[in-house]
Amino acid sequence: MVEIRMRVNGVMEALDLEPRVSLLDALREHLGLTGTKKGCDQGACGACTVLVDGERINSCLALAVQYDGREITTIEGVGDGERAHPLQSAFVRHDGFQCGYCTSGQICSAIGMLAEHGSGAPSAVTEHLSADTIELSDAEIRERMSGNLCRCGAYNGIVGAIREAASGEAGRDVMEAVR
Amino acid sequence: MKAFSYVSATDVAAALRAISTEPNAKFLGGGTNLVDLMREEIEQPDTIIDITRLPLSGIEELPGGGVRIGAMVRNSHLAAHRLIRTRYPMLSQAVLTGASAQLRNMATVGGNLLQRTRCLYFYDGAAACNKREPGRGCDAIGGFTRNHAILGASEACVATHPSDMCVALAALDATVVAESVRGVRRIPMTEFHVLPGETPDIETTLAADELVTAVELPDLPVAATSAYRKVRDRASYAFALVSVAAALETSGGAVSAVRLALGGVAAKPWRAYQAEQVLLGAPATDETFERAADAELAPAVAQSQNAFKIELARRAIVATLRRLLTEGSAA
Repeated sequence: MVEIRMRVNGVMEALDLEPRVSLLDALREHLGLTGTKKGCDQGACGACTVLVDGERINSCLALAVQYDGREITTIEGVGDGERAHPLQSAFVRHDGFQCGYCTSGQICSAIGMLAEHGSGAPSAVTEHLSADTIELSDAEIRERMSGNLCRCGAYNGIVGAIREAASGEAGRDVMEAVR
Repeated sequence: MKAFSYVSATDVAAALRAISTEPNAKFLGGGTNLVDLMREEIEQPDTIIDITRLPLSGIEELPGGGVRIGAMVRNSHLAAHRLIRTRYPMLSQAVLTGASAQLRNMATVGGNLLQRTRCLYFYDGAAACNKREPGRGCDAIGGFTRNHAILGASEACVATHPSDMCVALAALDATVVAESVRGVRRIPMTEFHVLPGETPDIETTLAADELVTAVELPDLPVAATSAYRKVRDRASYAFALVSVAAALETSGGAVSAVRLALGGVAAKPWRAYQAEQVLLGAPATDETFERAADAELAPAVAQSQNAFKIELARRAIVATLRRLLTEGSAA
């Protein structure tokens, strides 16, 4: 067993884990944070996406022991208590889901994505890699979110929600929230 | 997943000591391939040496004009780095076409070099696979071979190397820096991966106790005009059917410098030396590009379901060079 400490959604947690426990299972089974979903358990679907020190990763392929001392944010840590995060509200307005199983991963992923875009990181569809600012077009959103599958096919709503949340007043709230 | 003991190394010397003393130990980087393979019990290490805390996460300019990339640099950080985006755009593009953003945030440069094939027969414990169990046979041959090799395959194995990053590194004449308790070794990228022959279980020239500590890119002006083009079954988040990493410089209408490598076609990133030989000094025209592609693909052999890849590779080479010529670099 290995003792680790992680700050999860702002709370310091101490865990005594077998090294083969994934970060996903540590969150769900050991800390009771079942908002993060297990889809494929092999890094293909993105349902398990969480933020580590603000960066999105697939928690199913992460051994929890590797994340000793890190800061983890799950869907339970998104938003402010009963007040939804602007991205969550936008997903509701745009029907960005049907069954909802992929949604927590989609939202954590979108938060990480907006931070990456905000830092100037390019994507595979970025035309000029050396550009200082990259417009967040629908094509950019789709490419940057391609690691999150939705079997209900709510992609148009998901893209619409992210587009809205990333622009205008809501966008400023989102950018504040991801900072 | 089989149980294993876990060690976290905080400096390179400790990691090298651990790998040379622990039996059946493996280094663990981002885990995006190894953890998956352990869960499938294709990999069954007794000890995992976590190397993600090693101080190998820097990207810095070398005195001679090249760039040194630490082995623990995350794929996403590599792709987004200014030096890479402006001087070696094909490398940024290659990394960005690989996997998903989440995986690129986890995956390390060293781990990307050492990822294993995505051949479905290698992953399927019920199938015969010489890479997984030497001497057992190969169920891929005569099976579903859409994603399999057309160059450098053998009767023992027709798997392809899945990396995009490595294709760009092969084109860029990168060098892999490896360390062990015996010292430091520098391995040209084009000699890092090996073709299957009779021993497809041997995939690289890295020794079992060696640790990749860095990848070095040479000063290569032609790389500023470069691009990576990936052809796949989905628009995003899929392995390559065929990919092309190309850098092209012309002078007076003739090719004055060129680098070319192919992905998705062989068990290693395929540096297209034959094509480069045809291209260098020749007029920069479609006719030359076609001749170069034909020269490289002359020895290509299709499997039962992937004959289309030979023509696809030919067209992808020509289209990538043509676009570099007419539109310039992705930077």
